[in-house]
Amino acid sequence: MSWQRKILRVDLTAGTVTPEPLNMEWAMAYLGSRGLGTKYFVEEVGPGVDPLSPANKLIFATGPLTGTMASTGGRYTVITKGALTGAIACSNSGGYWGAELKMAGWDMIIFEGRSPKPVYLLVRDGEVSLEDGADIWGTTVWHTEEHLKTKHQDPLMRVSSIGRSAEQGCLYSAVVNDLHRAAGRSGVGTVMASKNLKAIAVRGTKGVGDIRDPKAFFAATKAGKKVLADNAVTGQGLPTYGTQVLMNVINEIGALPTRNHKDVQFEGARDISAEAMREKRPTDGKANLVTNQACFGCTIACGRISQLDNGHYTVENRPQYWGASGGLEYEAAWALGAANGVNDLEALTFANFICNEDGFDPISFGATVGAVMELYEMGVLTKEQIGIEAPFGSARALTFLAEKTATGEGFGKEMGLGSKRLCEKYGHPELSMSVKGQEFPAYDSRGIQGMGLTYATSNRGACHLRSYTVASEVLGIPIKTDPLATDGKAGLVKAFQDATAVFDSAGICLFTSFAWSLVDVAPQLQAACEGDWSLENLNVVGERIWNMERMFNNAAGFTAKDDTLPKRLTTEPAKTGPAKGLVNGLAKMLPEYYAERGWTADGIPTPETRARLGL
Amino acid sequence: MIHTLAIRGAPATGEAIEITLKLFAMLERWLPEGARRNEIRLSVPAGTTPADIVATLDLPVALCALVLIDGAFVVPEMRATRTLAPGEVLSIWPPIAGG
Repeated sequence: MSWQRKILRVDLTAGTVTPEPLNMEWAMAYLGSRGLGTKYFVEEVGPGVDPLSPANKLIFATGPLTGTMASTGGRYTVITKGALTGAIACSNSGGYWGAELKMAGWDMIIFEGRSPKPVYLLVRDGEVSLEDGADIWGTTVWHTEEHLKTKHQDPLMRVSSIGRSAEQGCLYSAVVNDLHRAAGRSGVGTVMASKNLKAIAVRGTKGVGDIRDPKAFFAATKAGKKVLADNAVTGQGLPTYGTQVLMNVINEIGALPTRNHKDVQFEGARDISAEAMREKRPTDGKANLVTNQACFGCTIACGRISQLDNGHYTVENRPQYWGASGGLEYEAAWALGAANGVNDLEALTFANFICNEDGFDPISFGATVGAVMELYEMGVLTKEQIGIEAPFGSARALTFLAEKTATGEGFGKEMGLGSKRLCEKYGHPELSMSVKGQEFPAYDSRGIQGMGLTYATSNRGACHLRSYTVASEVLGIPIKTDPLATDGKAGLVKAFQDATAVFDSAGICLFTSFAWSLVDVAPQLQAACEGDWSLENLNVVGERIWNMERMFNNAAGFTAKDDTLPKRLTTEPAKTGPAKGLVNGLAKMLPEYYAERGWTADGIPTPETRARLGL
Repeated sequence: MIHTLAIRGAPATGEAIEITLKLFAMLERWLPEGARRNEIRLSVPAGTTPADIVATLDLPVALCALVLIDGAFVVPEMRATRTLAPGEVLSIWPPIAGG
């Protein structure tokens, strides 16, 4: 086994911490992390629960490969009912925190209730306690981490926490660990704040033992690492350029959502790309990119570490932002840049620092800025309301809004609503580029048709990490398909969704899937864990997890009508590029997808499908 | 500024056309002198194909994973036969991915 077989149940209302054995029957069916944590969640929480009420629960879950020597085995998932969406939320993060929790001897922590006062959880191997958090409430993620390490005199302690945005009710607040790795989406940090839980500080020294077959595990993980090293994407492309290498590609193919999806190509894309991050700035002769960085156990190392130009207007006389910190990944660069028509790389990097420092999702934030800029240009919102002139392309408006959202001051409170609620409030719901209340990531579904179906059917609202068909439609991984065609996309999306659920539930990074398929994952799991982790069974496990999430959403009131896209994407054709004249063909793909899934025409898993999957 | 690229094996005389070449990520280093911001305008003989440009610049074929003309993917088997038209943009990437 590589589960620790132990979970922590923390009753925040009563202030108690209780160890429990892990339900191994469920582990055999749902693997770990996203799958197993969600199983606990749907068994314990009613689908109608108010996300910000004490009755909602918040689960931090590792997978069986978390903390092991499997490459990228450092992941954990935060599961709850999302504050932004009201749907099942499961946000995944890397860094070192997940492995530290596992090495402290715990597979999972379940938080329930609401503390009467701010607290943080302190985990030192088997010693676990709730501590007074009054002196860190109202402070940033960065301050919280430094404060707790100092207070407990342990620089090796790993901290996962929320910032001020969550405390102020920003609905897309994140849980941030290791300063700049985040369970970023759906407002899981907002739920954490609603429980008066500021942080989880962990020190684990036990390691992860009891691997079922250590010799076979060593061989399987070694073989897996060789596949990653030999692959041009995971061995060279990602470490050198990071995910940001996509900026120019997606722009060239005409699928870079620009100015709140009004356009599909951005004239400033090259200015905010991976290539630009590596160039020396004319102002100070230094590059934005300092180095790459790896999470726990990762042999890819795609992370970006950046340093701002100290003379840039955002950080002039603000030395606290002069050090190197988490830089722009593709999604953040798009959301903070192209989505708003902003091409100032330093301004984007600063806004990204603020998102990390105060813990909010740069995708939802950036997309909300895009909606605000469109409302401003229409005259619906004014300079007086926003606090600054905010036309598309204004870097100063972007960074102003980032700082306001961080603290919830002024228009920052409105920003924290997210684009759906904000656009509804100002009478233009059609301008929110979102599904189930969650904003789109960085791919325009007029130019990449499969991503429209991906967004519409994602269980946690619009998301690229539930079915990354970009890999196939644009990059040719594992096979090249036509991004402008709808034929075959229903099956492609289902296959990606089910496989992704397995990668997430194993405790490894989804980016391994650029080189690995489940064929590479199966022997690692089989060597590490008891049970049947054959390729055939893993496919069933992935499908089971997807349907479990769907059934929770159905019970929470989501129907086929919520599997949709904003009108802009289905009625306003792309203006330029290869997709010129095209809208997304969701109406054709969706019924095909329901049929592929074994769901009714209303998007509900049939009794036969549920029986086949043991649901 | 337009750079004249003498395509390897092509006659020196004949009609010439202007295209734009863009090379990204680790392919940047193969851009001819005078390139700026990952791109350069080229004068090439009419009838030039993506494969002709790859060969002339000594680009490693294995690194030319994503070949686009005006943003549209050119499948490997067409790269030696699809001729470039005046004004078209040829863009090439090594194997990459993101998310």
